[in-house]
Amino acid sequence: MRDKAVYILGILGTILMVWNLHNIFVVLPNEAAQGAIGKMLFIHVPAAITAYAFYGVAVYCSVAFLITKNFQYDSVAVSSVEVAQVFTLVNLVTGSIWGHIIWGIWWTWDLRLTSQFMCFMLYLGYLLMRPAIAEATQRAVMSAILAIFAAADIPLVVMAIRLHNVRTQHPAPVLETGGVDPTWQLPLLMGFIVLMLIASALVLVRLRQETVHREIDSLRRELHAI
Amino acid sequence: MKQGLLAALFIARKDLRTEFRTKEALNASISFALVVLMLFSFAFDLGRDEFYDISGGLLWLVFTFAGALIVNRSFIREVPNDCLDVLIASPMPAWSLFLGKVIASFVLLLIVELVSLPVFGLFNNLQWIHAFWPLFGVMILATWGITVTGVAFSAVTVNVRLRELMLPVLHYPLLIPLLVGAMQVSTVLIKGDPTDVFQELRIVIVFDLIFTSLALYLIEFILVG
Repeated sequence: MRDKAVYILGILGTILMVWNLHNIFVVLPNEAAQGAIGKMLFIHVPAAITAYAFYGVAVYCSVAFLITKNFQYDSVAVSSVEVAQVFTLVNLVTGSIWGHIIWGIWWTWDLRLTSQFMCFMLYLGYLLMRPAIAEATQRAVMSAILAIFAAADIPLVVMAIRLHNVRTQHPAPVLETGGVDPTWQLPLLMGFIVLMLIASALVLVRLRQETVHREIDSLRRELHAI
Repeated sequence: MKQGLLAALFIARKDLRTEFRTKEALNASISFALVVLMLFSFAFDLGRDEFYDISGGLLWLVFTFAGALIVNRSFIREVPNDCLDVLIASPMPAWSLFLGKVIASFVLLLIVELVSLPVFGLFNNLQWIHAFWPLFGVMILATWGITVTGVAFSAVTVNVRLRELMLPVLHYPLLIPLLVGAMQVSTVLIKGDPTDVFQELRIVIVFDLIFTSLALYLIEFILVG
Protein backbone atom coordinates (compact mmCIF):
# COMPACT_ATOMS: atom_id res chain seq x y z
CA MET A 1 0.00 0.00 0.00
CA ARG A 2 2.73 2.40 1.06
CA ASP A 3 4.88 1.32 -1.91
CA LYS A 4 2.08 2.23 -4.27
CA ALA A 5 1.67 5.61 -2.59
CA VAL A 6 5.39 6.32 -3.02
CA TYR A 7 5.23 5.52 -6.73
CA ILE A 8 2.05 7.49 -7.30
CA LEU A 9 3.31 10.57 -5.45
CA GLY A 10 6.73 10.36 -7.06
CA ILE A 11 5.50 9.89 -10.63
CA LEU A 12 2.77 12.52 -10.28
CA GLY A 13 5.27 14.95 -8.78
CA THR A 14 7.79 14.32 -11.56
CA ILE A 15 5.27 14.75 -14.37
CA LEU A 16 3.90 17.95 -12.87
CA MET A 17 7.42 19.21 -12.25
CA VAL A 18 8.44 18.70 -15.90
CA TRP A 19 5.29 20.47 -17.05
CA ASN A 20 5.83 23.29 -14.58
CA LEU A 21 9.50 23.71 -15.46
CA HIS A 22 8.55 23.92 -19.14
CA ASN A 23 6.03 26.57 -18.20
CA ILE A 24 8.54 28.52 -16.11
CA PHE A 25 11.50 28.46 -18.47
CA VAL A 26 9.87 28.39 -21.91
CA VAL A 27 6.40 29.91 -21.69
CA LEU A 28 6.82 32.64 -19.06
CA PRO A 29 8.77 35.79 -19.95
CA ASN A 30 11.70 36.81 -17.78
CA GLU A 31 11.20 39.09 -14.80
CA ALA A 32 11.41 42.71 -15.99
CA ALA A 33 13.93 44.01 -13.46
CA GLN A 34 15.91 40.88 -12.57
CA GLY A 35 15.99 38.85 -15.78
CA ALA A 36 16.12 35.06 -15.81
CA ILE A 37 17.44 34.75 -12.25
CA GLY A 38 14.10 36.11 -10.96
CA LYS A 39 12.62 32.72 -11.81
CA MET A 40 14.56 31.29 -8.88
CA LEU A 41 11.44 32.35 -6.94
CA PHE A 42 9.58 29.30 -8.29
CA ILE A 43 11.93 26.94 -6.46
CA HIS A 44 13.11 29.14 -3.60
CA VAL A 45 9.72 30.02 -2.08
CA PRO A 46 7.98 26.62 -2.46
CA ALA A 47 11.07 24.91 -0.97
CA ALA A 48 10.83 27.13 2.13
CA ILE A 49 7.10 26.51 2.56
CA THR A 50 7.51 22.77 2.06
CA ALA A 51 10.28 22.72 4.67
CA TYR A 52 8.10 24.60 7.19
CA ALA A 53 5.21 22.24 6.54
CA PHE A 54 7.36 19.21 7.32
CA TYR A 55 8.97 20.82 10.37
CA GLY A 56 5.39 21.35 11.52
CA VAL A 57 4.60 17.67 10.94
CA ALA A 58 7.75 16.72 12.88
CA VAL A 59 6.83 18.86 15.88
CA TYR A 60 3.24 17.56 15.88
CA CYS A 61 4.49 13.96 15.75
CA SER A 62 7.03 14.64 18.50
CA VAL A 63 4.30 15.88 20.84
CA ALA A 64 2.12 12.94 19.81
CA PHE A 65 4.97 10.53 20.57
CA LEU A 66 5.46 11.92 24.07
CA ILE A 67 1.74 11.50 24.74
CA THR A 68 1.13 8.10 23.13
CA LYS A 69 4.63 6.52 23.11
CA ASN A 70 3.79 5.12 19.67
CA PHE A 71 7.04 4.66 17.75
CA GLN A 72 5.35 5.28 14.43
CA TYR A 73 5.17 8.97 15.38
CA ASP A 74 8.88 9.04 16.07
CA SER A 75 9.59 7.53 12.65
CA VAL A 76 7.40 10.12 10.93
CA ALA A 77 9.09 12.91 12.92
CA VAL A 78 12.62 11.93 11.97
CA SER A 79 11.69 11.32 8.34
CA SER A 80 9.99 14.72 8.15
CA VAL A 81 12.93 16.53 9.74
CA GLU A 82 15.37 14.95 7.31
CA VAL A 83 13.31 15.90 4.28
CA ALA A 84 12.64 19.37 5.68
CA GLN A 85 16.39 19.84 6.17
CA VAL A 86 16.99 19.04 2.50
CA PHE A 87 14.38 21.58 1.43
CA THR A 88 15.76 24.21 3.82
CA LEU A 89 19.14 23.65 2.21
CA VAL A 90 17.59 24.03 -1.25
CA ASN A 91 16.01 27.27 -0.06
CA LEU A 92 19.31 28.57 1.38
CA VAL A 93 21.39 27.61 -1.65
CA THR A 94 18.97 28.99 -4.25
CA GLY A 95 18.63 32.17 -2.19
CA SER A 96 22.37 32.48 -1.98
CA ILE A 97 22.82 32.10 -5.75
CA TRP A 98 20.10 34.71 -6.32
CA GLY A 99 21.76 37.02 -3.78
CA HIS A 100 25.11 36.65 -5.49
CA ILE A 101 23.67 37.86 -8.79
CA ILE A 102 21.22 40.51 -7.56
CA TRP A 103 22.95 41.84 -4.42
CA GLY A 104 26.51 40.97 -5.40
CA ILE A 105 27.05 39.02 -2.17
CA TRP A 106 26.47 35.38 -1.27
CA TRP A 107 25.25 36.01 2.24
CA THR A 108 24.11 38.76 4.61
CA TRP A 109 22.98 38.51 8.25
CA ASP A 110 19.48 39.61 7.42
CA LEU A 111 16.30 38.71 9.31
CA ARG A 112 15.04 36.03 6.95
CA LEU A 113 18.39 34.55 6.06
CA THR A 114 19.50 34.29 9.66
CA SER A 115 16.28 32.79 10.97
CA GLN A 116 16.26 30.24 8.18
CA PHE A 117 19.88 29.33 8.86
CA MET A 118 19.18 28.99 12.61
CA CYS A 119 16.23 26.75 11.83
CA PHE A 120 18.59 24.59 9.79
CA MET A 121 21.20 24.49 12.58
CA LEU A 122 18.67 23.65 15.32
CA TYR A 123 17.33 20.64 13.45
CA LEU A 124 20.82 19.65 12.34
CA GLY A 125 21.53 19.13 16.05
CA TYR A 126 18.44 16.89 16.14
CA LEU A 127 19.78 14.73 13.30
CA LEU A 128 23.29 14.65 14.77
CA MET A 129 22.08 13.53 18.17
CA ARG A 130 19.90 10.62 17.04
CA PRO A 131 22.63 8.18 16.02
CA ALA A 132 24.51 8.95 19.25
CA ILE A 133 21.80 7.36 21.45
CA ALA A 134 21.86 3.60 21.36
CA GLU A 135 18.61 2.79 23.15
CA ALA A 136 15.50 3.18 20.93
CA THR A 137 13.01 4.52 23.50
CA GLN A 138 15.49 6.98 24.88
CA ARG A 139 16.43 8.11 21.38
CA ALA A 140 12.79 8.73 20.50
CA VAL A 141 12.04 10.65 23.73
CA MET A 142 15.14 12.82 23.52
CA SER A 143 14.54 13.57 19.83
CA ALA A 144 10.95 14.56 20.53
CA ILE A 145 12.07 16.89 23.30
CA LEU A 146 14.71 18.44 21.09
CA ALA A 147 12.20 19.02 18.30
CA ILE A 148 9.85 20.78 20.75
CA PHE A 149 12.68 22.94 22.15
CA ALA A 150 13.75 23.92 18.64
CA ALA A 151 10.18 24.80 17.66
CA ALA A 152 9.80 26.98 20.77
CA ASP A 153 13.01 28.79 19.87
CA ILE A 154 12.14 29.76 16.29
CA PRO A 155 9.62 32.56 17.11
CA LEU A 156 12.16 33.97 19.58
CA VAL A 157 14.91 33.89 16.95
CA VAL A 158 12.69 35.85 14.59
CA MET A 159 11.79 38.30 17.36
CA ALA A 160 15.46 38.78 18.31
CA ILE A 161 16.76 39.26 14.82
CA ARG A 162 13.98 41.66 13.98
CA LEU A 163 15.40 43.90 16.72
CA HIS A 164 18.99 43.35 15.79
CA ASN A 165 18.52 44.15 12.15
CA VAL A 166 15.54 46.28 11.30
CA ARG A 167 16.81 46.98 7.80
CA THR A 168 16.15 44.00 5.58
CA GLN A 169 17.50 43.36 2.13
CA HIS A 170 15.25 40.40 1.47
CA PRO A 171 12.46 41.18 -1.00
CA ALA A 172 9.02 41.63 0.52
CA PRO A 173 7.35 38.27 0.82
CA VAL A 174 5.09 38.22 -2.22
CA LEU A 175 2.75 35.66 -0.72
CA GLU A 176 1.87 37.92 2.20
CA THR A 177 1.49 41.08 0.16
CA GLY A 178 -0.12 39.38 -2.85
CA GLY A 179 2.20 41.38 -5.09
CA VAL A 180 2.96 38.61 -7.57
CA ASP A 181 1.89 38.99 -11.19
CA PRO A 182 -1.26 36.93 -12.07
CA THR A 183 0.67 35.00 -14.76
CA TRP A 184 3.19 33.92 -12.09
CA GLN A 185 0.59 32.73 -9.61
CA LEU A 186 -0.14 29.36 -11.21
CA PRO A 187 3.52 28.27 -11.68
CA LEU A 188 4.23 29.32 -8.09
CA LEU A 189 1.30 27.31 -6.78
CA MET A 190 2.28 24.37 -8.98
CA GLY A 191 5.86 24.64 -7.72
CA PHE A 192 4.54 24.33 -4.20
CA ILE A 193 2.31 21.34 -5.06
CA VAL A 194 5.13 19.60 -6.92
CA LEU A 195 7.59 19.96 -4.07
CA MET A 196 4.98 18.84 -1.53
CA LEU A 197 4.31 15.69 -3.60
CA ILE A 198 8.00 14.90 -3.96
CA ALA A 199 8.68 15.66 -0.30
CA SER A 200 5.80 13.38 0.75
CA ALA A 201 7.21 10.58 -1.43
CA LEU A 202 10.64 11.08 0.13
CA VAL A 203 9.17 11.02 3.64
CA LEU A 204 7.39 7.74 2.83
CA VAL A 205 10.59 6.18 1.50
CA ARG A 206 12.51 7.32 4.57
CA LEU A 207 9.67 6.11 6.80
CA ARG A 208 9.91 2.60 5.34
CA GLN A 209 13.63 2.61 5.93
CA GLU A 210 13.07 3.67 9.54
CA THR A 211 10.46 0.93 10.10
CA VAL A 212 12.76 -1.76 8.65
CA HIS A 213 15.61 -0.43 10.75
CA ARG A 214 13.48 -0.73 13.87
CA GLU A 215 12.50 -4.32 12.99
CA ILE A 216 16.14 -5.28 12.44
CA ASP A 217 17.01 -3.71 15.77
CA SER A 218 14.36 -5.67 17.64
CA LEU A 219 15.41 -8.93 15.90
CA ARG A 220 19.00 -8.27 16.86
CA ARG A 221 17.96 -7.69 20.45
CA GLU A 222 15.95 -10.92 20.43
CA LEU A 223 18.95 -12.79 19.10
CA HIS A 224 21.09 -11.22 21.77
CA ALA A 225 18.65 -12.39 24.45
CA ILE A 226 18.83 -15.96 23.18
CA MET B 1 4.81 22.29 45.76
CA LYS B 2 6.55 23.54 48.90
CA GLN B 3 8.08 20.11 49.43
CA GLY B 4 9.31 20.12 45.83
CA LEU B 5 10.94 23.52 46.23
CA LEU B 6 12.61 22.42 49.45
CA ALA B 7 13.90 19.32 47.68
CA ALA B 8 15.23 21.53 44.88
CA LEU B 9 17.11 23.69 47.38
CA PHE B 10 18.46 20.55 49.00
CA ILE B 11 19.78 19.26 45.65
CA ALA B 12 21.27 22.68 44.89
CA ARG B 13 23.02 22.72 48.27
CA LYS B 14 24.34 19.19 47.70
CA ASP B 15 25.68 20.10 44.24
CA LEU B 16 27.27 23.33 45.44
CA ARG B 17 28.86 21.60 48.41
CA THR B 18 30.32 18.87 46.15
CA GLU B 19 31.58 21.51 43.76
CA PHE B 20 33.15 23.69 46.45
CA ARG B 21 34.95 20.66 47.86
CA THR B 22 36.60 19.70 44.58
CA LYS B 23 36.26 23.01 42.63
CA GLU B 24 36.66 20.97 39.44
CA ALA B 25 34.17 22.74 37.19
CA LEU B 26 34.69 26.14 38.79
CA ASN B 27 38.47 26.20 38.35
CA ALA B 28 38.28 24.82 34.82
CA SER B 29 35.59 27.30 33.84
CA ILE B 30 37.35 30.36 35.30
CA SER B 31 40.68 29.44 33.68
CA PHE B 32 38.90 28.82 30.41
CA ALA B 33 37.22 32.24 30.61
CA LEU B 34 40.62 33.85 31.18
CA VAL B 35 42.12 32.02 28.21
CA VAL B 36 39.28 33.18 25.96
CA LEU B 37 39.72 36.76 27.23
CA MET B 38 43.40 36.55 26.38
CA LEU B 39 42.64 35.17 22.92
CA PHE B 40 40.35 38.13 22.22
CA SER B 41 43.26 40.51 22.72
CA PHE B 42 45.12 38.71 19.91
CA ALA B 43 42.08 38.38 17.69
CA PHE B 44 41.11 42.06 17.58
CA ASP B 45 43.15 45.14 17.07
CA LEU B 46 40.61 47.85 17.68
CA GLY B 47 40.48 51.41 18.87
CA ARG B 48 38.97 52.13 22.28
CA ASP B 49 35.59 53.32 20.96
CA GLU B 50 35.29 50.40 18.58
CA PHE B 51 35.98 48.02 21.44
CA TYR B 52 33.13 49.56 23.43
CA ASP B 53 30.83 48.83 20.48
CA ILE B 54 31.50 45.09 20.64
CA SER B 55 32.11 44.79 24.38
CA GLY B 56 28.71 43.28 25.19
CA GLY B 57 29.06 40.67 22.46
CA LEU B 58 32.52 39.59 23.60
CA LEU B 59 31.47 39.48 27.23
CA TRP B 60 28.60 37.12 26.52
CA LEU B 61 30.75 34.90 24.32
CA VAL B 62 33.08 34.40 27.27
CA PHE B 63 30.16 33.71 29.61
CA THR B 64 28.54 31.25 27.20
CA PHE B 65 31.74 29.28 26.59
CA ALA B 66 32.48 29.16 30.30
CA GLY B 67 28.86 28.19 30.97
CA ALA B 68 29.14 25.14 28.72
CA LEU B 69 31.77 23.69 31.07
CA ILE B 70 29.56 24.29 34.10
CA VAL B 71 26.27 22.92 32.76
CA ASN B 72 28.02 19.97 31.15
CA ARG B 73 28.98 18.69 34.60
CA SER B 74 25.57 19.04 36.21
CA PHE B 75 24.09 15.64 35.31
CA ILE B 76 27.29 13.82 34.30
CA ARG B 77 28.47 14.28 37.88
CA GLU B 78 25.75 11.83 38.96
CA VAL B 79 26.63 9.05 36.50
CA PRO B 80 29.42 7.29 38.43
CA ASN B 81 28.09 4.87 41.08
CA ASP B 82 24.61 5.13 39.49
CA CYS B 83 23.77 8.19 41.59
CA LEU B 84 21.44 9.49 38.87
CA ASP B 85 19.25 6.37 39.05
CA VAL B 86 19.01 6.76 42.81
CA LEU B 87 18.07 10.43 42.49
CA ILE B 88 15.39 9.61 39.92
CA ALA B 89 14.04 6.79 42.09
CA SER B 90 13.91 9.03 45.17
CA PRO B 91 10.46 10.33 46.22
CA MET B 92 11.06 13.89 45.03
CA PRO B 93 9.49 14.94 41.71
CA ALA B 94 11.71 15.16 38.61
CA TRP B 95 11.23 18.93 38.38
CA SER B 96 12.71 19.40 41.87
CA LEU B 97 15.83 17.53 40.86
CA PHE B 98 16.07 19.62 37.70
CA LEU B 99 15.40 22.91 39.47
CA GLY B 100 18.02 22.09 42.10
CA LYS B 101 20.59 21.38 39.41
CA VAL B 102 19.70 24.61 37.59
CA ILE B 103 20.06 26.67 40.78
CA ALA B 104 23.48 25.14 41.51
CA SER B 105 24.74 25.73 37.95
CA PHE B 106 23.28 29.24 38.00
CA VAL B 107 25.20 30.15 41.17
CA LEU B 108 28.43 28.65 39.81
CA LEU B 109 28.16 30.41 36.45
CA LEU B 110 27.35 33.68 38.17
CA ILE B 111 30.54 33.31 40.23
CA VAL B 112 32.55 32.70 37.03
CA GLU B 113 30.95 35.79 35.47
CA LEU B 114 31.65 37.97 38.49
CA VAL B 115 35.30 36.92 38.34
CA SER B 116 35.68 37.40 34.59
CA LEU B 117 33.87 40.75 34.36
CA PRO B 118 36.56 42.78 36.21
CA VAL B 119 39.30 40.94 34.31
CA PHE B 120 37.55 41.73 31.04
CA GLY B 121 37.38 45.42 32.02
CA LEU B 122 40.97 45.42 33.19
CA PHE B 123 42.46 43.72 30.11
CA ASN B 124 40.59 45.91 27.68
CA ASN B 125 40.60 49.20 29.53
CA LEU B 126 36.82 49.36 29.81
CA GLN B 127 34.93 51.40 32.38
CA TRP B 128 32.11 49.20 33.61
CA ILE B 129 31.77 50.05 37.32
CA HIS B 130 29.21 52.79 36.64
CA ALA B 131 26.90 50.21 35.06
CA PHE B 132 27.55 47.36 37.49
CA TRP B 133 24.10 46.97 39.02
CA PRO B 134 22.07 47.09 35.78
CA LEU B 135 24.68 44.79 34.22
CA PHE B 136 24.33 42.45 37.18
CA GLY B 137 20.57 42.38 36.57
CA VAL B 138 21.11 41.40 32.92
CA MET B 139 23.64 38.80 34.03
CA ILE B 140 21.10 37.25 36.40
CA LEU B 141 18.37 37.11 33.72
CA ALA B 142 20.54 35.80 30.89
CA THR B 143 22.53 33.40 33.07
CA TRP B 144 19.27 31.84 34.19
CA GLY B 145 18.35 31.28 30.54
CA ILE B 146 21.74 29.76 29.76
CA THR B 147 21.66 27.40 32.74
CA VAL B 148 18.01 26.34 32.44
CA THR B 149 18.46 25.27 28.80
CA GLY B 150 21.99 23.98 29.39
CA VAL B 151 21.01 21.76 32.31
CA ALA B 152 18.00 20.46 30.33
CA PHE B 153 20.33 19.52 27.48
CA SER B 154 22.81 18.09 29.94
CA ALA B 155 19.99 15.76 31.05
CA VAL B 156 19.14 14.96 27.43
CA THR B 157 22.74 14.14 26.52
CA VAL B 158 23.68 12.32 29.72
CA ASN B 159 23.36 8.92 28.06
CA VAL B 160 24.56 10.03 24.65
CA ARG B 161 27.88 8.96 23.19
CA LEU B 162 30.24 11.93 22.71
CA ARG B 163 28.05 14.00 25.05
CA GLU B 164 30.73 16.66 25.58
CA LEU B 165 30.64 17.32 21.84
CA MET B 166 26.87 17.09 21.54
CA LEU B 167 25.96 19.61 24.23
CA PRO B 168 27.39 22.75 22.56
CA VAL B 169 26.06 21.66 19.15
CA LEU B 170 22.54 21.46 20.57
CA HIS B 171 22.79 24.28 23.09
CA TYR B 172 24.39 27.21 21.24
CA PRO B 173 21.90 27.54 18.35
CA LEU B 174 19.08 27.54 20.88
CA LEU B 175 20.70 30.38 22.83
CA ILE B 176 20.86 32.80 19.88
CA PRO B 177 17.79 34.92 20.79
CA LEU B 178 18.85 35.14 24.43
CA LEU B 179 22.40 36.12 23.51
CA VAL B 180 21.30 38.68 20.91
CA GLY B 181 19.21 40.38 23.61
CA ALA B 182 21.82 40.14 26.38
CA MET B 183 24.69 41.27 24.13
CA GLN B 184 22.86 44.37 22.96
CA VAL B 185 21.70 45.40 26.44
CA SER B 186 25.20 44.88 27.85
CA THR B 187 26.86 46.92 25.09
CA VAL B 188 24.43 49.78 25.68
CA LEU B 189 25.01 49.62 29.45
CA ILE B 190 28.82 49.51 29.21
CA LYS B 191 28.87 52.36 26.70
CA GLY B 192 26.53 54.35 28.95
CA ASP B 193 24.16 55.09 26.07
CA PRO B 194 20.79 56.49 27.01
CA THR B 195 19.18 54.19 24.38
CA ASP B 196 15.98 52.40 25.36
CA VAL B 197 16.76 48.69 25.67
CA PHE B 198 13.44 47.47 26.99
CA GLN B 199 12.72 45.56 23.75
CA GLU B 200 15.99 43.64 23.98
CA LEU B 201 15.49 42.95 27.65
CA ARG B 202 12.00 41.66 26.94
CA ILE B 203 13.41 38.93 24.68
CA VAL B 204 15.68 37.75 27.48
CA ILE B 205 12.74 37.65 29.91
CA VAL B 206 10.44 35.89 27.42
CA PHE B 207 13.19 33.35 26.68
CA ASP B 208 13.60 32.66 30.41
CA LEU B 209 9.86 32.23 30.94
CA ILE B 210 9.28 29.99 27.92
CA PHE B 211 12.21 27.67 28.47
CA THR B 212 11.88 27.48 32.25
CA SER B 213 8.27 26.37 31.98
CA LEU B 214 8.95 24.08 29.01
CA ALA B 215 11.93 22.44 30.71
CA LEU B 216 10.12 22.01 34.04
CA TYR B 217 7.24 20.37 32.21
CA LEU B 218 9.34 18.13 29.92
CA ILE B 219 11.98 17.06 32.45
CA GLU B 220 9.73 14.22 33.61
CA PHE B 221 9.95 12.77 30.09
CA ILE B 222 13.70 13.38 29.87
CA LEU B 223 14.59 11.71 33.18
CA VAL B 224 11.90 9.07 33.57
CA GLY B 225 11.09 8.48 29.87
